[in-house]
This record gives sequence, structure tokens and C-alpha cells, in this order.
Amino acid sequence: MSRFLSLIRKNFVAFIIFFLLVPTAGFSVQGPAEGEEAFDASQFIIHHVLDDHVWHLWDHGGTIYLPVIVYSAEKGLDIFSSRNFYDDHHNIVEHNGYTLEHNHIYLSGSHKAVLDLSITKNVAMLFINAAFLLVVFLAVAKGYEKNKGKSPSGIQSFFEPIILFIRDEIVKPNIGPRYEKFLPYMLTLFFFILFGNLLGLLPGAGNLTGNIAVTVTLAVLTFIITNFSGNKSYWSHVFWTPGVPLPLRLIILPVEIVGLFTKPISLTIRLFVAITAGHIVLLSLICLAFIFKSVWVGTGSTVMVLFISLIELLVAGIQAYVFVLFSSLYIGMAITEDEHH
Amino acid sequence: MELLTPGTGLILWQLIVFLLLFFLLAKLAWKPIITSLKERERSIQDALDTAERARIEMSRLKSDNENLLKQAREEREKILRDARDVSVRMKEEAEQNAKKSADRIIDDARMAINNEKQAALREVKDVVANLSLDVASKILRKNLSNDQAQKDLTQQYIKDIKLN
Repeated sequence: MSRFLSLIRKNFVAFIIFFLLVPTAGFSVQGPAEGEEAFDASQFIIHHVLDDHVWHLWDHGGTIYLPVIVYSAEKGLDIFSSRNFYDDHHNIVEHNGYTLEHNHIYLSGSHKAVLDLSITKNVAMLFINAAFLLVVFLAVAKGYEKNKGKSPSGIQSFFEPIILFIRDEIVKPNIGPRYEKFLPYMLTLFFFILFGNLLGLLPGAGNLTGNIAVTVTLAVLTFIITNFSGNKSYWSHVFWTPGVPLPLRLIILPVEIVGLFTKPISLTIRLFVAITAGHIVLLSLICLAFIFKSVWVGTGSTVMVLFISLIELLVAGIQAYVFVLFSSLYIGMAITEDEHH
Repeated sequence: MELLTPGTGLILWQLIVFLLLFFLLAKLAWKPIITSLKERERSIQDALDTAERARIEMSRLKSDNENLLKQAREEREKILRDARDVSVRMKEEAEQNAKKSADRIIDDARMAINNEKQAALREVKDVVANLSLDVASKILRKNLSNDQAQKDLTQQYIKDIKLN
């Protein structure tokens, strides 16, 4: 009897973690009730990774209906709650001449896509992320004002090493002596991605930095800054590579032009894939418990989810670092003075 | 496939929010943070430079002190050496003086002794002369006690005077 009790005591923590994590990690999913169709893991995962017009936290009242903002040449600007697309049984219905199909809004009659400016789950996440960044870094800036000429304290001393790391290890060595002009952009970029990655790991949160629309916007911003800062030497290397025989120049020209665009594309894909893949792996492991409906598989998958979550924390930092590192590198390559002549 | 098609709305929102965030943070957060960091780095560098200068100054002062100390030590040695020389010389002089005065004293003493001796001899001579006179007078007195003898003698003196 006492051996049984000591066994329970030893495994108590594991039991607690198991019972705490499985229901929350499973988000809103309950095992399918008797008579319902089998649990579709891939549908569930894709649904969680994608953007949505509602923010579904848990079943039975845990859904936040976000505002829909649509514009079409025919009907003009329209703003209404996304609740209008759902009836009492959570079935999708038409509203006011708009239909919702796979998260896209169409005009009911002509089935023409409208310009969808809705505050979707990811836009809401974007606002939260931006607000979070503002609150945190205004507090940090206040710390510098308060501790002028003194050693840092509180939240300021937490972020100072990170800011110094970005400045001294990423931006300064890669951009060169004129780094200061680009430092505010790089800092904003780094912390936007880092905070987005970390917020996205919270249960129920939107997959902001794992959305290709977000990553492509950031990559295009870096692309624009790179090419607008590019000096004569940069453009001469792109269009008329010096020190290369004429026929080779003609071959290199298209390669260089393609190279201009592969840079933002690689930035876009890298961040999007790294974060989305992490979410898919986590959700897949969680889904194992609902597919097998076994306590032991659930325990195993919970342990795995714990470790993958730790890896995801690492990935959140690494991806923010890599995005800023490559942005700095591209800008540095564009503004460096030519050393050949 | 929907995963790979960026939504127009989200792109627009992302652009607006990110640019807004960038301008707000750049003005309200990054600018004060970066300037304070730079200021602090400069003040630390200044403090380090000052410390370095003070260190150099200290070492210079120390070497100065050592030089002074060395000079003082040399001076002391020299003074001691001089003093030793002087004392030796003074001793020698004193010895010579003492010897000289001793010699002089001895000479004086010898001279005094000689003088005394001469005086003593003179006295002895006087005494002997007196004694002889006494003896002679006594003998004479005895021999000239009669008139004949006195006459004889007077005769003799007169003879002698004539000879002169």
C-alpha cells in the first residue's frame, strides 16, 4: 500500500502536468461525441494555423466575433460583426449579400471576391503585438530617462542586453559604419518578430508571424530599404558587374536581377515556414491524444509537446535573429563602398 | 494552398500597423534608448581614460619619487663619506698637533732643565768660591797673624803691581 502511495507521490507532478496541459493544449477540441464523424486532425490543424474572421477560444461562448470590413465597387464600404455569418447552430449563413466561403468573403450574386479589410484574428493579434511592444519599450525608454547616468534597473536591464546584442552583434558588423540610420528599423523588426513569435505560442493565440502576409510585408520593407539605400557600386554590380568579360556580364545580369528578388522571397518563406511548421508539429502531437484516445499516448504526446514547446521558444528567438541578421546583411551589401577601385 | 496566399487585408493592416509602430517606437523609444546608451558608453570611456591618465601620472610621480629618494640616498652617502674624511683628517691633525706640542713641551723642559743646571752649577761655583774664600781667608788669617807675614805679603803685592 505504502509503495503504491510513494509511486503516486513520485509521479504526482507528471499527473498534474498531464491533467493541466491536455485540456488547455487541446484548445477547444473535445473528443467527437458518439455518432459524430471521426476527428479530422489535418482540418483541425490547418484551421488553427490559418487566419479567421472569428477568434475561437473555447466552445460554448468562447468565441469572439471580430468585425468584418469589406469594400466592393458594387456595394461600397460595409462594416458589420462576423456573428452575422453564423446562425445559432454555428452554421455559416449569408448576410446582407455577402457569403463567407473558406474564410473568403464574396458577393452573393456574382460570386466576386471583395476587398476584405476585416479585423481578423491575425489583425487582432497584430494590434495586441503592437500594443505590447509600445507598452514594453515605452517603459524601457522611461527607465533610461529615470536612471540617467545610472545603472539600468527593472525592465530596462532586461531588454538592454538584447538591444545591445542587436546593435553590436547584428547591425553594426553587417551594415558597417553607417549603421545608426538603420538601427531603429532593425530594433522594431527584431522585437516585432520576437514578440509575435512568442505571443503566437500561447494557447489560443493567432499565428501572426507564421502568416505569409505578415512575413512578405516585412520582407518587402527590407527590400525597399535595401534598394533605396543602394549606392552606385551596388547598382553597377547588379547591372554591369565590373572586372568581368563582356559576354559574362550578359549572363550575370539576369542572375543578379533574380538575386535581387530571391532575397526578400527567402526572408518571407523562412520565417513563415519556421513558425507555421512549429505550430503544425505542436498541434499534430496534441492531436495524437484525440486520435488514439489513450491516456498513455496522451501522456507521451504531452511530454513531447513540452519539449517541442521549449524548442519553439528557441526558434522564436532564432528566427527573429535570422530575419534581422539577413536584413542587415542585405542593406550592408547595398551601402558598402567599393573596394576594388 | 490558402496557407501560401497572402491575404490583401492582412498585408494592408500589417503595413499600416508596422509603419506606425516603427515611427512611434523610433521617436519615443529607440531614440532616447540609443542616445542614453551612447552617452553612458561615452561617460564610461571617459572614466576609463581618466583612470588611465591618472595611472600614468601616478607612475610618473612614483618614478620621480624614486629618483628623489635615490638622489637623497646618494647625497647622504656623500655627506657621510665627507664627514668620515673630515673626522679622519681632524684626528690626524689633532695627533700631529699633540705630537708637536708634546715635542715643544719636551724641548722647553729640556731647555729649562739646562738653564736650571747652569744656574745650579753657577751657584755651586759661587758656593765653592765662597767656601774657598772662607778657607783661604781662614788660612790667611792664621798665616798673617804676625806682622812679618803681613809685610812679606804686602811686599809681594807691590812687586806684582809693578809687573803690571
